[in-house]
Amino acid sequence: MELVCPAGSLPALKTAVDNGADAVYFGFRDSTNARQFAGLNFNDKRAAEGVEYAHARGSRVFCAINTYPQPDGWEQWKGAVDRAAGMGVDAIILADMGLLDYAANKHPHIPRHLSVQGSATSHEALSFYKDNFDIRRAVLPRVLSLDQVRGVAKHSPVELEVFAFGSLCIMAEGRCYLSSYLTDESPNTRGACSPAKAVRWQETPQGLESRLNDVLIDRYGPGENAGYPTLCKGRFEVQGSVYHAIEEPVSLNTMDLLPELQELGISAVKIEGRQRSPAYIADVARTWRQALDELGAHPGAFQVEPEWRNTLSGLSEGGLTTIGAYHRKWK
Amino acid sequence: MMKLSLGPILWFWSKQSVFDFYAQAAEWPVETIYLGEVVCSRRRELKPDDWLELARDLKACGKNVVLSTLTLIESEADLRRLRRFCEQDEFLVEANDQSALQVAIRNKIPFITGPSMNIYNVATLKILARQGLRGWNLPVELGKEALGQLISELKQEGLDLPAEVFSWGFLPLAWSSRCFTARHYNLPKDNCEFRCLEHPDGMELRSRESQELFRLNGISTLSGARYDLMRELPDMERMGVSTVRLSPEHQGMEAVIKRFDQVRRGESPDTDPLQLVEAPPCDGYWYGRPGMDQVRT
Repeated sequence: MELVCPAGSLPALKTAVDNGADAVYFGFRDSTNARQFAGLNFNDKRAAEGVEYAHARGSRVFCAINTYPQPDGWEQWKGAVDRAAGMGVDAIILADMGLLDYAANKHPHIPRHLSVQGSATSHEALSFYKDNFDIRRAVLPRVLSLDQVRGVAKHSPVELEVFAFGSLCIMAEGRCYLSSYLTDESPNTRGACSPAKAVRWQETPQGLESRLNDVLIDRYGPGENAGYPTLCKGRFEVQGSVYHAIEEPVSLNTMDLLPELQELGISAVKIEGRQRSPAYIADVARTWRQALDELGAHPGAFQVEPEWRNTLSGLSEGGLTTIGAYHRKWK
Repeated sequence: MMKLSLGPILWFWSKQSVFDFYAQAAEWPVETIYLGEVVCSRRRELKPDDWLELARDLKACGKNVVLSTLTLIESEADLRRLRRFCEQDEFLVEANDQSALQVAIRNKIPFITGPSMNIYNVATLKILARQGLRGWNLPVELGKEALGQLISELKQEGLDLPAEVFSWGFLPLAWSSRCFTARHYNLPKDNCEFRCLEHPDGMELRSRESQELFRLNGISTLSGARYDLMRELPDMERMGVSTVRLSPEHQGMEAVIKRFDQVRRGESPDTDPLQLVEAPPCDGYWYGRPGMDQVRT
């Protein structure tokens, strides 16, 4: 299985490559990709340098252009596809049907990967994208249980990539408008969920409050760890109880499932986190490289080393990890 | 004149409530009725055959009936149910997921795309138009600016693809594999006791300052405020919108439809208070603002 690591900057890209990433993925410095953060992502010069660095060391580079262009953005998004193609990336990660069609016709020699934002959760949906746009690979949404992944993998007409580690989206990706309901930006439209521009922190007599476009997302008592106010991970009131009504602030970690994922024929495991620092990327990439190498060397006897587990827990939201929807009971 | 449509029921109602609702709807001034379970595969008060029976009854009453498919497809069982709708040729299909697109296209069944299909540009519409697309819904997070551009580009392309706009009701905003109703009751999803039946209009989720943010409805999350574009109807007509979608609620629906019908005919709507589940109004998406905002005063 291939290790696919995030690169939010050139130093992060180099770090990922140096620590064993088989492939890295990046986006341009605008809303054409689903991790639009201030100060993050690549201009053309940096991107070209990154491609050269990775290729010289035997790693591949994928470019994510996985938001949905509206009529007034169409030329810009098409331009992003052309720029990625011109740099010699190894694949373009796309979600929008119009853009997939454009890439397939204009740059047929560059493989197309279906982004998680393409919301394909069945082999029929994968066949739709394969038949229409000849995608080579698809990234599965983080909503399927392991049994369901097995069902999809069994009949899949394309390679599959699954999320292995990082922030946990619990909604079917590509179809979540919660962020644009509270702010004016969503992953689909602007490549942003719970955008930083809408976040406000405030010390109050009741505690530290986090707000998103003035909406109270969470309030922390003394000694409680405060996390970024991703709107689905706040504490809300439902029928008189206040709790994490949608999801706790935890991270996804599927390292325990590696043998099963391998047995299902999954082609690649993906690390989330283009918004993370190079230091974070170094630790995560190195740990997963070790795990995958161990899996390759002793497929029947794979065990997660305590040291790997500790490293990954230390890098997780609230120090907590879950295997999320892969485990049926999580649902 | 623009058409009115009754979207699929997003909530979990008993079989009797569903049949009662549509017995009334047969008399309402809506041209199109969408039928089917679009939220949760565990909601099986009505089997596919029950939906088809309802569809035939409503068709006999002169309604244009469309069969709506599940939004989040997770298993082979989900696909089997989906095929029942996408392999028949009596009715149009509303595809709410790419799986439905694939099956409908393979079987040459004409289809409409629902609001959860990501139609953000005309290039996407052109691809689907070649394969049986007969109409499309604007994604709920897009507003009049994008809609206007899409409709005018379609015209330039010479494509006649009627546009439908979700115009009244709680907005469907997200789908998860997790059930938030079961989570609230501390039950596993696979043994949820069908608690959604106790919440015919979902469960309110409020901030700790009592702001109505969302409505939890099984695996789906809806807006806490009710989207209401009634006063935008003249604008929508000018833009060339074909169909105005109203989303079913278990009380007050008849009066709401009557008002939309009055407004689309250029009459003044009734002004006596509506007997609805209490919720603030919103129209932000239409104006390119946060969806929860109410822009028109």
